[in-house]
Amino acid sequence: MGTSLAFHIVFAALGVGLPLLVFVAEGVWLRTKRRAYYDLARTWSKGMAILFAVGAVSGTILSFELGLLWPTFMRYAGALIGLPFSLEGFAFFVEAIFIGVYLYGWDRLSPRAHWLSAIPIALSGALSAGFVTMVNAWMNIPSGFRLVNGKIVDVDPIAAMFSPPWLVEGVHAALAAYVMTGFGAAAVCAFALLRRSAQDRIDQVRAGLTIAMIVAAIAIPLQFIAGDTIARFDAEHEPAKFASLEALWKTQRHAPITIGGIVGRGETRYGIEIPGALSWLVSFDPNSEVTGLDRIAPTGYPPIATVHYSFDTMVGSATLLLLVAFAWFVFALRKRDLPRRLLAAIAFSGPLSLVTLEAGWFVTEFGRQPWIARGLLRTGDAATIAPGIAVQLYVFSCVYVILAATCWWLLRRVGRKPQAAARKPLAPKAATP
Amino acid sequence: MTAAYAAAAVVVAALTLYAIFGGADFGGGVWDLFATGPRRRAQRDTITHAIGPVWESNHVWLIFAWVALFTCFPPAYADVGTYLNAPLTLALLGIVLRGAAFVFRNYASDDPTMARTWSFVFGASSIIAPFFLGDAIGAIATGRYAWTSPFALSVGLFNVALCAQVAAVFLIAETDDPSLREDFRRRAIRATIAVWIAGLIPAALARYAEPAFFSALTGSIARLAIAIAVVLGIGVMLLVVRNREMLARVAVGAEVVAVLAGWFGAQAPQFVPAHWAIEIAAAPSTTLSAFLIAVACGAVVLIPSLLYLFAIFKIRSRPHNSV
Repeated sequence: MGTSLAFHIVFAALGVGLPLLVFVAEGVWLRTKRRAYYDLARTWSKGMAILFAVGAVSGTILSFELGLLWPTFMRYAGALIGLPFSLEGFAFFVEAIFIGVYLYGWDRLSPRAHWLSAIPIALSGALSAGFVTMVNAWMNIPSGFRLVNGKIVDVDPIAAMFSPPWLVEGVHAALAAYVMTGFGAAAVCAFALLRRSAQDRIDQVRAGLTIAMIVAAIAIPLQFIAGDTIARFDAEHEPAKFASLEALWKTQRHAPITIGGIVGRGETRYGIEIPGALSWLVSFDPNSEVTGLDRIAPTGYPPIATVHYSFDTMVGSATLLLLVAFAWFVFALRKRDLPRRLLAAIAFSGPLSLVTLEAGWFVTEFGRQPWIARGLLRTGDAATIAPGIAVQLYVFSCVYVILAATCWWLLRRVGRKPQAAARKPLAPKAATP
Repeated sequence: MTAAYAAAAVVVAALTLYAIFGGADFGGGVWDLFATGPRRRAQRDTITHAIGPVWESNHVWLIFAWVALFTCFPPAYADVGTYLNAPLTLALLGIVLRGAAFVFRNYASDDPTMARTWSFVFGASSIIAPFFLGDAIGAIATGRYAWTSPFALSVGLFNVALCAQVAAVFLIAETDDPSLREDFRRRAIRATIAVWIAGLIPAALARYAEPAFFSALTGSIARLAIAIAVVLGIGVMLLVVRNREMLARVAVGAEVVAVLAGWFGAQAPQFVPAHWAIEIAAAPSTTLSAFLIAVACGAVVLIPSLLYLFAIFKIRSRPHNSV
């Protein structure tokens, strides 16, 4: 399941972000009638088609695996978390419908109607990200029920859906999608400019770089605000996770931020410490007390080192992304050509944004362990008793490798082919009498 | 009707729509695999263009049914996920490969090796998925989760035939080319005969091996639904033979509805026979009513969107601007 999620999250993020890029590109084309933007929208929409399909099927794997791998969890939680999943189902429906309209409608709709059909895709994409994250929020802080003698009673699905972290987590997840898509798409364009591999359609590549970087440069600072809000929320509501993020063992006033270091049993050594910074971040008062791991029973520890390093990776790489975005903004504002060094940085920020996304996901998932739903059900108890699960995991891991490799190969082809040559005549369609 | 029954109706309705539209897409994959004769390429192109815009939204019906199942009937869902783990995993594998392969082969069309490989995967997985989904349904009907039983396997086979039939009937009206239409017409006739034969096998097996389910099948609702399905099946044949393909589309869709009504009518009020009655497996009433309200609100967005999609690609006859 972890593998599936780590895989799906990339495609899901691109499925949320790409419609926005395509929408902007086609919108600019409609206004300016400049061919480069049309070509850009066509090229990106092909990428969107491939990525969305892989996202859709990997999402299917996830929804099935809920029952196939975690039946006990679903027995407990199905009635509580089903509502956001159902709403996500509708959002996914709308997304799938308009993806069909958009991808196959280039020649069937008026340009304006076609352009507008990208709106429901982008909107429902962001909404599905929000709905799914609501489930994750519930797993972090289960709510909307009472536990009487180990039985769940007084189920309130609305309260369960809006469990405390829903908004902060939902916004954080949606922004993550825009950050990754923005930097990812910009990186592809920057790479092409660096290699001078697309001289015949340099306008298209430049336009792509600008649009993608605008999205990235708007999303990344907002993401810092959202991330900061979540951290403060965690400090209050999920002290075990928060203490693991920071690898903070001792409950203390004037708590430091520790970057890196070696996480041992009971202490974190050799990290770079910024004294008082953590206390200040949590409550804007360097003398406030921050709960450390010593207040938490060891049976409730997440894998602290993993969580801590993931967190540092996420924040560290996000900071680099922010710097890249800022540097780009400075050059773009002066309407200067981007120096090769900055292009290289942008090209590098693509994979980096992927790392950031995965690290962030690691933080929330590992940070919640050993619980699948905090305080309610442990991960080990939720797993299926059906035989052959190991085989299943191997098979699906192979499927993921094959899908990812084919996807990569196809995207490279799509990206390389100039639009004019790529437009094959459509087969004689399909007229209904 | 109680909230539990309403929720069960939503699950079954979603499954039925999946069986018609998703089934047609699987059937398209089957005919892609068995594309033969001089117009092999044109057949495949027709299939690609028929499925392309709609397969992703058709596919969501299954997700929706699955989600509705765990929201409204969590314990039944947990049992189905546990005891039918193997067939559902195989079906899932088929579903995943089908979707990915379809897109991959379309975008790799200028690389013959890749296109051929993924075309084959597309066709093969279009058989695997409906087979194991049918098998899982059959296994539920046995009340023993006996997915390796001959009865369950024969339901899987029947489902593949049904998908092929629906697809062939739908495909006739997807092209203007008279010889292509003739190709699909012939396939529709063959598939309809196949459905008749494949339908007799589970019926006969149920008679001898699944007495409980067989006696349920002869109950009043199930008997009526099956009778209607048989009549519609004959109707499909007549309509196809007489070139009334639009009416044949309606008839074949109604036939699928009747088949599923027969299955579910036989099981009701059990959700999983011998294990979970609808009322007992149901989630708390607060969840059910929240879910039903969500479905009603969702339908307001969903239905016009779906109609729009089908209006663009399945009714309006020609592209706006020529390519």
